Amino acid sequence: MADRSFERVTGGSERTLHTLSVLVENKPGVLARVAGLFARRGFNIHSLAVGPTEHPEVSRMSVVVAVEGLPLEQVTKQLNKLINVIKILELDPGHSVQRELLLVKVKADPTTRSHVLETAALFRATVVDVATDAVTIEATGSADKLQALLRVLEPYGIRELAQSGMVALGRGARSMTDRTLRAADRSA
Amino acid sequence: MSQQMTGAQALVTALESAGVDTVFGIPGGAILPAYDPLFDSRQIRHVLVRHEQGAGHAASGYAYATGRVGVCMATSGPGATNLVTPIADAYMDSVPIVAITGQVPSRAIGTDAFQEADIRGITMPITKHNYLVTDPAEIGPAVAEAFHVASTGRPGPVLVDVSKDALQATTTFSWPDVRTMPGYRPTTRPHGRQVQQAARLIVEARRPVLYIGGGVLRAGASRELLELAEMTGIPLVTTLMARGAFPDSHRLHLGMPGMHGTVAAVTALQKADLLIALGARFDDRVTGKLDSFAPHATVIHADIDPAEISKNRHADLPIVGDAREVIVELIDALRGEHAAGRTGDYDAWWGEVYGWRQRFPLGYTEHDDGTLAPQYVIERLGQIVGPDALYVAGVGQHQMWAAQFISYEKPGTWLNSGGLGTMGYAVPAAMGAKVGRPDATVWAIDGDGCFQMTNQELATCAIEGIPIKVAIINNSSLGMVRQWQTLFYEERYSNTDLHTGSDTLRLPDFVRLAEAYGCVGMRCESPADVDATIEKAMAVDDRPVVVDFQVHRDAMVWPMVAAGTSNDDIKIARGLAPEWDREEGL
Repeated sequence: MADRSFERVTGGSERTLHTLSVLVENKPGVLARVAGLFARRGFNIHSLAVGPTEHPEVSRMSVVVAVEGLPLEQVTKQLNKLINVIKILELDPGHSVQRELLLVKVKADPTTRSHVLETAALFRATVVDVATDAVTIEATGSADKLQALLRVLEPYGIRELAQSGMVALGRGARSMTDRTLRAADRSA
Repeated sequence: MSQQMTGAQALVTALESAGVDTVFGIPGGAILPAYDPLFDSRQIRHVLVRHEQGAGHAASGYAYATGRVGVCMATSGPGATNLVTPIADAYMDSVPIVAITGQVPSRAIGTDAFQEADIRGITMPITKHNYLVTDPAEIGPAVAEAFHVASTGRPGPVLVDVSKDALQATTTFSWPDVRTMPGYRPTTRPHGRQVQQAARLIVEARRPVLYIGGGVLRAGASRELLELAEMTGIPLVTTLMARGAFPDSHRLHLGMPGMHGTVAAVTALQKADLLIALGARFDDRVTGKLDSFAPHATVIHADIDPAEISKNRHADLPIVGDAREVIVELIDALRGEHAAGRTGDYDAWWGEVYGWRQRFPLGYTEHDDGTLAPQYVIERLGQIVGPDALYVAGVGQHQMWAAQFISYEKPGTWLNSGGLGTMGYAVPAAMGAKVGRPDATVWAIDGDGCFQMTNQELATCAIEGIPIKVAIINNSSLGMVRQWQTLFYEERYSNTDLHTGSDTLRLPDFVRLAEAYGCVGMRCESPADVDATIEKAMAVDDRPVVVDFQVHRDAMVWPMVAAGTSNDDIKIARGLAPEWDREEGL
């Protein structure tokens, strides 16, 4: 995994990130195959999210790949060789919705709490837990938005945070899963 | 087809349904249930090997020799891990094999049980696909998929790991149609427009070379390749993996390219303006320093595996497809070009290429101390035994000489470990090849180092009636490593002396070792005895034969492009570059 420090937005490597939506068979070991492939081919996974789709036999992996010094094409071709990988689409940020989930625990004593809550509200984030000297905030959004939130919260003192990998879907009415599975049925 | 049986019976029935006639393997605890019904199979011959590595290489040798999927079987844990090397070997060389392994009972998986190893996890990076089966109903489908995946597209090894409880449970056998796997649809038919463009590039080129790789052999495309080469008159090179895909005696054949390729083959690639790569993968041993490889060439790269295209060298014109289908369509497209009056003019190019071939043929020096030149032994072996035999090499100097000095005229007559470079490949692979083609003469050409890694399979050969012949090119050392020590490590021979030569301890004595294994053992130490020894070995057909050829230990493989250097820096002997005419200086 790449270093996910707060600074990554400003880092130059951002330009090399690509979001792949990968439909895989929902079978044991598939995550290990994908992760192992990235490791041994020297591809860098920036973030990875795996979950079910509307079809129980198919899972979706949303992989953000940091590509430097090799064409993205090599990554997708090698992924396609995995038997359990059904379909790969690169999602263009301009034509897709891309979201991450952030849980962040921020120091908040009576003198700073209202500022922290105000900040959360500005980012349409919600407070999901409160303690005497800290609050836990839940936020979703693009990577940029979450990084901006973290930058604003940082001066108050971040106790810990957890962040999901990115999940993404193409915009519009089309369904990648439907189209893919229909195509698979037709060729059967 | 469905009937009740044990998982073990389902496994054997599945193998029978896949058309398997031979399994190489060794039983053990976790796979034991499968060996009981296997004992009764009338279709499947089980060859009991002496080490699982032998089973894996034998399966590869069988696959090479027959074109069908080779099968090996082992138990869990160490049995399975002993298959890792041959599986990796088959993966690198795209050989279709299926490995069946027993696994500890499913309830014990993950507990570090006796003889437990996560062989599915271990082999993920070295198999085309693999399976862990714990449900007996899945045995038939997994085996069916395994054979389909192994043998189609770019061939490769597939492992099926079956837990012991799945073998013991009762199940309903099923043998599904596996042509509908959602994530596996290899492209075999090339894109018509790409082929048209390739034909156009070919007729417009002035200095084209056909760069032929092992994919042409896997596709069974030798006949079509001959037609393509002859209709265009384009000179051709065959990689280590493609030796035999095109007759060595053919005038268009420049030989093998790469680190130990011919000057003509290496130079033709360097000077080409068009490479037509068919089933080749621009391996580092072919390209040398990649950014100086074929610097003037436009690249047409046809391969069945899209991931190979532009992996190492950018392809100007990619074609995804089976080599045979690509060649067939290319021939059609070229006929169209020719009919329209567009034919390639390669006369000037051919003159240059022909000149290099005439001036820099392969050669070697005799040794004035009367000892045997290894190249002479191998050359005579090829001449006496002829082009119908199968030649199976280990890895090292003897392998390179066997690739250089035997004239391969027919596809499938040359077997070796190219990609992984597995020492110890020859004896078990020859065994598997001989089982697959019992009527063919099968010669293992092995080194004294390689031979000592897997020679226990001679016992298998003697007992099972598999009369292979083994020529040990015995230079009493790890010869290729010694060659590098000579050239690059100031002749400091660190740990490369094996003491198997005539003036050494001779440990082991290969003749007595062969006899101990029930084989005929022979020794040859002088050039005058070479022909008679080979003929004597050829006369034996009821037992394996092992010939210990005691050769000069300082012989080196030439030409050579040192690792990491440019193909332009090829040497034809130590410190000796080819002398080019001034106008053709590279």
